[in-house]
Amino acid sequence: MTTNRAYAVELKDVNIYYGEKLAVKDVNLSIAHQKITAFIGPSGCGKSTVLRSINRMNDLIPGAKVEGDVVYRSQSLYGRDIDAVEVRRRIGMVFQKPNPFPKSIYDNVAYGPRLLGIRDRKVLNEIVERSLKHSFLWDEVKGDLKKSGLALSGGQQQRLCIARTIAVEPDVILMDEPCSALDPIATQAIEDLMKELVKQYTIVIVTHNMQQAQRVSDYTAFYSIRKEVETEGKEKRWGVLVEYAPTETLFNQPSHEETERYIRGEFG
Amino acid sequence: MNGLMDDAAFSRALKSRHRRGNIWQRFFRLSTIVALLALIALFLNIANSAFGYALQDYDIAPTELVEGGDIASLDNARLVAMLAEHQPRRLAVYVRDTLSMVDASVFTTLPLSRVLEGRSYPEALASATIPEVTADDLQTILRDNLTHDQLVSIIEEQVIGINVLRTWSLTDSLTNRAQIEAIAAENPRANLIFRSWLDLNFLSSPMSGNAAVAGIRTAILGSVWVIVITVAFAFPIGVGAAIYLEEYATDTPLNNLIETNIRNLAGVPSIIYGLLGLAIFVRALETITAGRTVLSAGLTMGLLILPVIIINSQEAIRAVPSSIREASFGLGATRWQTIWNQVLPAAMPGILTGTILALSRAIGETAPLIVIGASTFILSDPSSPLSRFTALPIQIYQWTARPQPEFRAAAAGAIIVLLILLLTMNASAIFLRQRYRRKLTA
Repeated sequence: MTTNRAYAVELKDVNIYYGEKLAVKDVNLSIAHQKITAFIGPSGCGKSTVLRSINRMNDLIPGAKVEGDVVYRSQSLYGRDIDAVEVRRRIGMVFQKPNPFPKSIYDNVAYGPRLLGIRDRKVLNEIVERSLKHSFLWDEVKGDLKKSGLALSGGQQQRLCIARTIAVEPDVILMDEPCSALDPIATQAIEDLMKELVKQYTIVIVTHNMQQAQRVSDYTAFYSIRKEVETEGKEKRWGVLVEYAPTETLFNQPSHEETERYIRGEFG
Repeated sequence: MNGLMDDAAFSRALKSRHRRGNIWQRFFRLSTIVALLALIALFLNIANSAFGYALQDYDIAPTELVEGGDIASLDNARLVAMLAEHQPRRLAVYVRDTLSMVDASVFTTLPLSRVLEGRSYPEALASATIPEVTADDLQTILRDNLTHDQLVSIIEEQVIGINVLRTWSLTDSLTNRAQIEAIAAENPRANLIFRSWLDLNFLSSPMSGNAAVAGIRTAILGSVWVIVITVAFAFPIGVGAAIYLEEYATDTPLNNLIETNIRNLAGVPSIIYGLLGLAIFVRALETITAGRTVLSAGLTMGLLILPVIIINSQEAIRAVPSSIREASFGLGATRWQTIWNQVLPAAMPGILTGTILALSRAIGETAPLIVIGASTFILSDPSSPLSRFTALPIQIYQWTARPQPEFRAAAAGAIIVLLILLLTMNASAIFLRQRYRRKLTA
């Protein structure tokens, strides 16, 4: 269990397919424990696909297939006796567009614990309060927990989604462009929240915003696209991991020319 | 115009573009007006038949039978005695029509223990046949088995004998008053009354061979029983199939074939479902359904609307945003937890709306009921899934087919009831949809 405590999740030779189509090739990546790791890269480079392979959300897409190994706590997540439901409870996810359930704030946060079978009102109350406090939402909503989650502002909704995720006490939180639908002030609030959460959780964030990656992350992985002309007019495209380094190193002394061009804004 | 077209040409073209637009707009408005006129004509036509003057007389006026003329205030014993006094030879006929458990052809030859199996009759007569039973005993049997309502309606029909001599439509009643009164004056024994064929008595009376006292209680109860069984059968199976097809089934050729077929089944004419119901529920499963019963009809109607419910439910389930499913899965929900806690509640308004609309189709369906053999004349209310029955559309069909014009007025009254029922169901579907939509967005 403790063999590789420095790393929360390790991806080994991961290839991901959608049906016959190769989406991501040969990803090798070790995600540091209780750090923020950012995935950046141009559209279509497969960074979200890799993120979703970490908690097996790709299983929900018909035809999606993962080769290689994703190791979490020395266990292969794609092993035969591993239940995807358990994986997702330990590795939570926050999505691009805030997606609270059409229920009250309270029920949104209590949803995860209730799935696990927790019914005791007192325990649920505690979990809800703690999770909302952790996500800096408590002071704004504590008087009105019965209000619909959909009645909150976009930024509040996203923090509610984070509260909902940490209510089941995962180890790792995956965030798929969590701020892309938010205004700068709400984005700021989420970034502050991430810096606080990382004291307890490992965070992996996919972002289109390179400044955001620089501001919040400890490590950055840069993905890019490889192409191959198959036959006349038909092109094969897949994503690869180009470079993975501490954020400061990657942005200041990238070791690949492609990385440098991308962070200078020359493509993508 | 940057050389694309000069200004004069542009304004000429613009005029013709507007003109073409206006023609279409007028056509669309005309279509709406035609549809509206058709609807108004329908309502007026029905109202025209359902209300108006009627010329009625009695064989024996109620006031001659009992002081004040209120038959319903008498008890069963007095009613039976009255029946025996005025129609002494027909007592056995009433037993046959209302109480017999056997076919009419063997009614006079089988012993009472068979003829009145399960009814109450004097012990001593168990082995006697009907012709051997005395008039007094027949009275006892009628008194002990019939309800007060049944007796009252037999008296009204057989003793009082209200006869509708003539009816007039609403338009005639309003415009030809003088002529109508002149005709009425030729029949001094008859009374001219302005009659609404749709009234409380009409709703609460059983069927009758006499239009003046006929009602639709039996038909309403029959329709309600059929619909209840239809829902109980089609809703869980339909929603279940929709959940399976949307949430579990993968994109295999077999599943695609199943889906296509369900879509086609929704378009199969209802009479075909009637034939299917006749073959399966009435004939093959007769031991379970007891033949031409409420149960057979409900199951047949269930089959009829099953594809519609499946399709509507599938659409409602598909309309649930995938972000909600992902959020649920992302928190470690199993597939079933996601369906039960998120997908179904979000899809429920759509599912309910679709189901109610399908039911309002079923409640007006006539063809399958005719095919599986709903009774066209039945006096007893359905009391269990294994009862014989009639239904509103059957009743309407049967009445409009009769030669006597007064039955068409009664049919118009029944049509109004059916339409009100349909409008209520459709309105509740709209109400449900609006309410849930508010809930989901606020």
